[in-house]
Amino acid sequence: MFKIAYYPGCSGQGTSLEYDMSTRAVCKALDVELVEIPDWSCCGSSPAHTVNHVLSAALSARNLAQVEVMGMDKVTTPCPSCLTNLRTAAHKMESPEFRGKVNALLDVPCNGNVDAQSVLQVLAENVDPELIKSKVVRPLTGIKIACYYGCIMNRPPELMRFDHHENPMAMDNLMIALGAEVVPFPLKVECCGASYGIPRGDIVMRLSGKLLDAGRDVGADAFVTACPLCQMNLDLRQGQINRALHEKFRIPVFYYTQLLGYALGLDRAVLGFEKLCVDPRLALGKIKQPAQAR
Amino acid sequence: MQIFDLTTADLEFVAEVEARSHQKISNCYQCGNCTAGCPYTFAYDYSVSQIMRLIQIGQKEAVLKSRSLWLCGSCQSCTTRCPNKIDVALIMDVCRHMAREAGYATERSVKIFVDSFLASVERHGRAYELGLMTAYMTRSGRVFTDVDLAPQALMRGKLPFKPHEIQGREQVARIFERFRKGGDNV
Ligand code: SF4
Ligand code: SF4
Repeated sequence: MFKIAYYPGCSGQGTSLEYDMSTRAVCKALDVELVEIPDWSCCGSSPAHTVNHVLSAALSARNLAQVEVMGMDKVTTPCPSCLTNLRTAAHKMESPEFRGKVNALLDVPCNGNVDAQSVLQVLAENVDPELIKSKVVRPLTGIKIACYYGCIMNRPPELMRFDHHENPMAMDNLMIALGAEVVPFPLKVECCGASYGIPRGDIVMRLSGKLLDAGRDVGADAFVTACPLCQMNLDLRQGQINRALHEKFRIPVFYYTQLLGYALGLDRAVLGFEKLCVDPRLALGKIKQPAQAR
Repeated sequence: MQIFDLTTADLEFVAEVEARSHQKISNCYQCGNCTAGCPYTFAYDYSVSQIMRLIQIGQKEAVLKSRSLWLCGSCQSCTTRCPNKIDVALIMDVCRHMAREAGYATERSVKIFVDSFLASVERHGRAYELGLMTAYMTRSGRVFTDVDLAPQALMRGKLPFKPHEIQGREQVARIFERFRKGGDNV
């Protein structure tokens, strides 16, 4: 049993509910114990760092301080944006001067000695791939998948220190281990338009539209993502994109944890497929039933 | 295209960007790698390498009034690919801070979105998406272009009607309060 503090992130309570649900379910199935940070607060997301770096770090540091109070030194989060904020805050607080400014804003001071990792990294580095394979009861044979990592999961490499910054493979390897066919997807680390959906929808239409187009070109039945914002832009906004670009995309966009849970045979209720906007049934239907019933 | 005169360089501005970003602006030799990988170039007024050059030649007004600063998605492509290891995305961030402090907001909708988001965090301790959308609409006076999405998200139980109030929300509110009071937050 591997035990680690867990930071769910705000979107996990709302627009990416199914990511949080499926993350908790697959970690449990793979003997990774997630201990939720009590009374965690928003990390500031992307808006905070565009206003001020001390403010942004303080919003993250309140959570890092809670991890320290828990007596732990490692925290994991499913969301790459939260991850960047938590990691950047810890990194910048290595400077005593910066740490002082951050702590001046906090009730409970933070030392900044907590290492933040994505759930994907935790699974890739702490769970034996053979264990995962041995637990697969519904192999994903027959489905063609484009793995989309988004822009900040692995960048900049000096800060994120996980996988490759131009051609990450963690999700690809996982999907292959589950039996899926992974198609070569050239835009793995391109930006989807981030949080500009509301203020500048045109930017998201264009950038996310490009991703969907490339996915269709390489023959993907579905996307898998690890980022709530990427998933929302590609899935919830797919109809908007179609209207804006006169397109007819219909490509389901899964969280990798949903397909992992599906392959592990977890109860569908905890995987949240019905929360996806683009109907996933067509893609799931491509998965061949195991030859003989068990 | 506007013409810039090297003799009008504001060297204090260059020094301030360097001090706040801990980057050496003169290391940029204008190879254009950052721009080549920047997915937002189509929406920018100045490309990211042009911003770098404008900083080098001390064009404070042009930089702080540029719309590019507000549109950068912080995707880190420029930082990752700069051959001189300049943290370009950080420089964009720092210039945006300076633009905000100087009272510029050339992409008003982006500023309103950011402000609405942070107001929501200050009030509840966590981001509250439905409230954020309403606040954005009120402040921007813009008919919500995402109205068509709300029912889809609501139907799927993805937009809770009530914010998640956390116990520590006053602690979070105090972070903002102290930030506004403090003079040394750079
Ligand atoms: S990649 Fe670096 S050196 Fe090249 S133009 Fe951009 S900032 Fe300058
Ligand atoms: S971080 Fe900003 S400037 Fe740099 S490549 Fe991404 S969008 Fe462009």
